[in-house]
Amino acid sequence: MSKMKSKTIERWSPWIFLVSVVLLWEVICSGFGVSEFIFPSPSRIGQQLIEYQDVILGHAWRTFWVTMVGFFIAIVVGVLLGFIIGSSRIAYAAVYPLMTAFNALPKAAFVPILVVWFGIGAGPAILTAFLISFFPIMVNIATGLATLEPELEDVLRVLGAKRWDVLVKVGLPRSMPYFFGSLKVAITLAFVGTTVSEMTASNEGIGYLLISAGSAMQMGLAFGGLVVVGVMAMAMYEIFDYIERHTTGWAHRGSQN
Amino acid sequence: MSKAFVDFENVWLAYNDELLAQENFAVEDINLSVNQGEFVAIVGPSGCGKSTFMKLTTGLKMPSKGRILVDGQPVTGPLKISGMAFQAPSLLPWRSTIDNVLLPLEIVEPYRSNFKTNKEAYMARARDLLASVGLKGYEDKYPWELSGGMQQRASICRALIHEPKMLLLDEPFGALDAFTREELWCTLRDLWEAQRFNVILVTHDLRESVFLADTVYVMSKSPGRFLVKKEIDLPRPRDLEITYTPQFTDIVHELRSHIGAIRQTTLQASA
Repeated sequence: MSKMKSKTIERWSPWIFLVSVVLLWEVICSGFGVSEFIFPSPSRIGQQLIEYQDVILGHAWRTFWVTMVGFFIAIVVGVLLGFIIGSSRIAYAAVYPLMTAFNALPKAAFVPILVVWFGIGAGPAILTAFLISFFPIMVNIATGLATLEPELEDVLRVLGAKRWDVLVKVGLPRSMPYFFGSLKVAITLAFVGTTVSEMTASNEGIGYLLISAGSAMQMGLAFGGLVVVGVMAMAMYEIFDYIERHTTGWAHRGSQN
Repeated sequence: MSKAFVDFENVWLAYNDELLAQENFAVEDINLSVNQGEFVAIVGPSGCGKSTFMKLTTGLKMPSKGRILVDGQPVTGPLKISGMAFQAPSLLPWRSTIDNVLLPLEIVEPYRSNFKTNKEAYMARARDLLASVGLKGYEDKYPWELSGGMQQRASICRALIHEPKMLLLDEPFGALDAFTREELWCTLRDLWEAQRFNVILVTHDLRESVFLADTVYVMSKSPGRFLVKKEIDLPRPRDLEITYTPQFTDIVHELRSHIGAIRQTTLQASA
């Protein structure tokens, strides 16, 4: 009985917490009379979201599809690179240091360069989303492939298994939990990349909305844009989390029992 | 020379060229001949090169000196007529038990080419094999739903599914509790009695080696050498009860004294 109750509480806890934060925010804003130009209250943000919903929806759709295109490229490139460097020690040794250095670069710094190459528009945003999100995918695939039990490899090699057999029969399925785990991280990063790029190199998208609302002192609208990006990223995260739990349940058996 | 199934002639192995130049060998001067269908156990202290010996037998490692013949042919690469099982069952968690057992058939020829067409027959074979080790009804369970002993049974089935002529076991029961271990001794004994494949069992459990094997070799530590060869002439089929007879205990004691002697000499050498 009490176990059921604690389970229900656990299930609803994110919503309870969210509602309490919003309520606290509202109380502070109205209680201390904070100006809406400095820090708008949740009710003001909601009001603005409804008032400008057509505009926001248009920008949100743009940000969404741009992010998904960049993310899709990141999956393709990340899986391919991860497969290559995870399946060969030499490739791993050769590529990994350079990749780490590349990953350390701030991706926002690429935006001006991408603008020169592709002009203002969807191009730089897609590529920024891709650049920022392929790295975790690549690393996770490579890790899954590279950390194989030596004994299992012996069992298969004795049978005459080629490197390819071991990769396909054992390596790839083994790296699936890592892969889905990385997708959850990568999709949120991809939204960051798109938004950052749109802030300087686009006339559409939530990033553009944030900048133009900010310069017009429409703080409610700017906050509304942030909320929309947050909701989109969270929704995608939940979708990949769901896929992960339903495809690689064997890797999470501890939590299922 | 002889009609031995596995024949080691003065085999030496150093792990790499550097160690070879320093004459630092993992195993030295191994001479061994195993007859068709013989059950051989190799015992010795840990780190004495038992696992190296296994790798030599399967062709995963090539000897630095000497030569190895299996079934009359020199070993030049991985030997597909062998199956292996280790202390860790290393079953794949995303495959059901039966799919784990079928894995070798997806890799080794001639099964590989006709795996799809003969799948039903192979499934039946895997089911029979699993039933023979007491895993009937667990075919579609996943490895993490099985106990440690059951996983090890499935692992042994996986080593046997392609009907190898030689079964190599590297401390397969090392991680199990005493009761489960004795149960699995009997399982292995029954499989072997029925099929009479060659077994090379690496272990540090003397009772295990005496109960199961025809011949026990005692290996010394660094350098890994065979010190003693002991034929176990206990009557077959052997029952677990035999492990409580004085005859059995005498053999175990004798082997134990050899191991003790090894320890003393190495201690003196290091002192």
